[in-house]
Amino acid sequence: MVKGHQSFIFESKPVILASATSAGPFEAQGPLAEDIDLIHDDIYLGQDSFEKAEKLMLEGAAVKTMEKAGINKYDVGLFISGDLMNQIISSSFTARTIGIPYLGIFGACSSSMEGLSIAAAYVDGQKVKYVLTGASSHNSSAEKQFRYPNEYGAQKPPTAQWTVTGAGACLLSTQGNGPKVTGATIGRIVDMGISDPFNMGAAMAPAAVDTIEAHFRDMEIEPDYYDIIVTGDLGSIGHKITLDKLIENGMRISEKTYKDCGMMIYDSKKQQVFAGGSGCACSAITVYGHFLNRMRRGEIKKMLAVATGALHSPLSYQQKESIPCIAHAVAIEM
Amino acid sequence: MEKIIWAFIVGGLICVVGQIMMDVFKLTPAHTMSTLVVVGAILGGLGLYEPLIKFAGAGATVPICSFGNSLLKGALQELEQHGPIGVLTGIFKLTSAGISSAIIFGFIASLIFKPKG
Repeated sequence: MVKGHQSFIFESKPVILASATSAGPFEAQGPLAEDIDLIHDDIYLGQDSFEKAEKLMLEGAAVKTMEKAGINKYDVGLFISGDLMNQIISSSFTARTIGIPYLGIFGACSSSMEGLSIAAAYVDGQKVKYVLTGASSHNSSAEKQFRYPNEYGAQKPPTAQWTVTGAGACLLSTQGNGPKVTGATIGRIVDMGISDPFNMGAAMAPAAVDTIEAHFRDMEIEPDYYDIIVTGDLGSIGHKITLDKLIENGMRISEKTYKDCGMMIYDSKKQQVFAGGSGCACSAITVYGHFLNRMRRGEIKKMLAVATGALHSPLSYQQKESIPCIAHAVAIEM
Repeated sequence: MEKIIWAFIVGGLICVVGQIMMDVFKLTPAHTMSTLVVVGAILGGLGLYEPLIKFAGAGATVPICSFGNSLLKGALQELEQHGPIGVLTGIFKLTSAGISSAIIFGFIASLIFKPKG
């Protein structure tokens, strides 16, 4: 059901039956290691390219999710996935292996919540019994596609972020036990004219502000409705901009309830990640792993997950275009 | 001893300029590098780079501007000996050791490691 201008309420409350995450060795040193199901010691995962490694991580998370839910892949009606690679190869190649009817999406780092909202819509509206959704990113494959060759060792400014190596997936169903997807707000493109790919947090923050405000306006609720509001990968710089702007616009939101996955996935004191983590896997691992686990334990009752994405391409950046950004919000309640 | 100190200061200052180009003027590493090469060539053409090398030694020869200076020097030398065509044949004369070794060692490294990451 459409609510307000850009929000949707999923009346049947699709259930997240299971979720699983996979990650590389660097993420395993971070504070969320306990919430990662499959940890790989080798960033190549024994493959001969980073792209193949990324595909294997997404495949691992997808298969593990179905295994946890005890659902056979032949019963899953739809697989919705996105990633950062050109022509979303990680998702499509994973879909090739698992053989579930597939919708490939591209929302850059917002893919996790874009996928989750589409999955919830299919379960709610079309009564598809099981829908699987996932997202992945790999530090080395993303760096070489979007910035410089890894071997070049180019310097990074402190506003840069560290792309998370990993993947996350979750399985939605019309019935069962678990956290429920109750609503979503689909973001609009916000472009404030920033064209520096080493300052994604600042570029994406206005999109997060726009979507968060739209969510509360459409749903006619106050921020204290949620125990936690979490953005995908704004990092420390984008998090501060977003919080300041929301407060300035009169929203009653505090640092205690507003978190950012990019600031949680790594230990910024011990790990050199500049402004924080980024990439599709940043929100996928933190939301599908860490936060859903906390919901299942009863520590969190209501969460609003807002994944932000920078929708530029290496070509648009070289042609000096600014970075169009987006944020999608999904409400999950226990 | 005095030369060592000047090498330290001059070399460091060239690096400071490069860092400012990247951080303040937001130039990419590739643009920063090629700009410094061009600056070296211009300084060489104005006859300012050789005195700098005499003064600061490795502080002026190790940074990339020295490469621009060498490109120009090679071209000018050949111009004197062989006329205008010498500009083309001479440009890589002094720098061929650096360029060739980059290609050769790059090739060897690509045989041992994964060249495409």
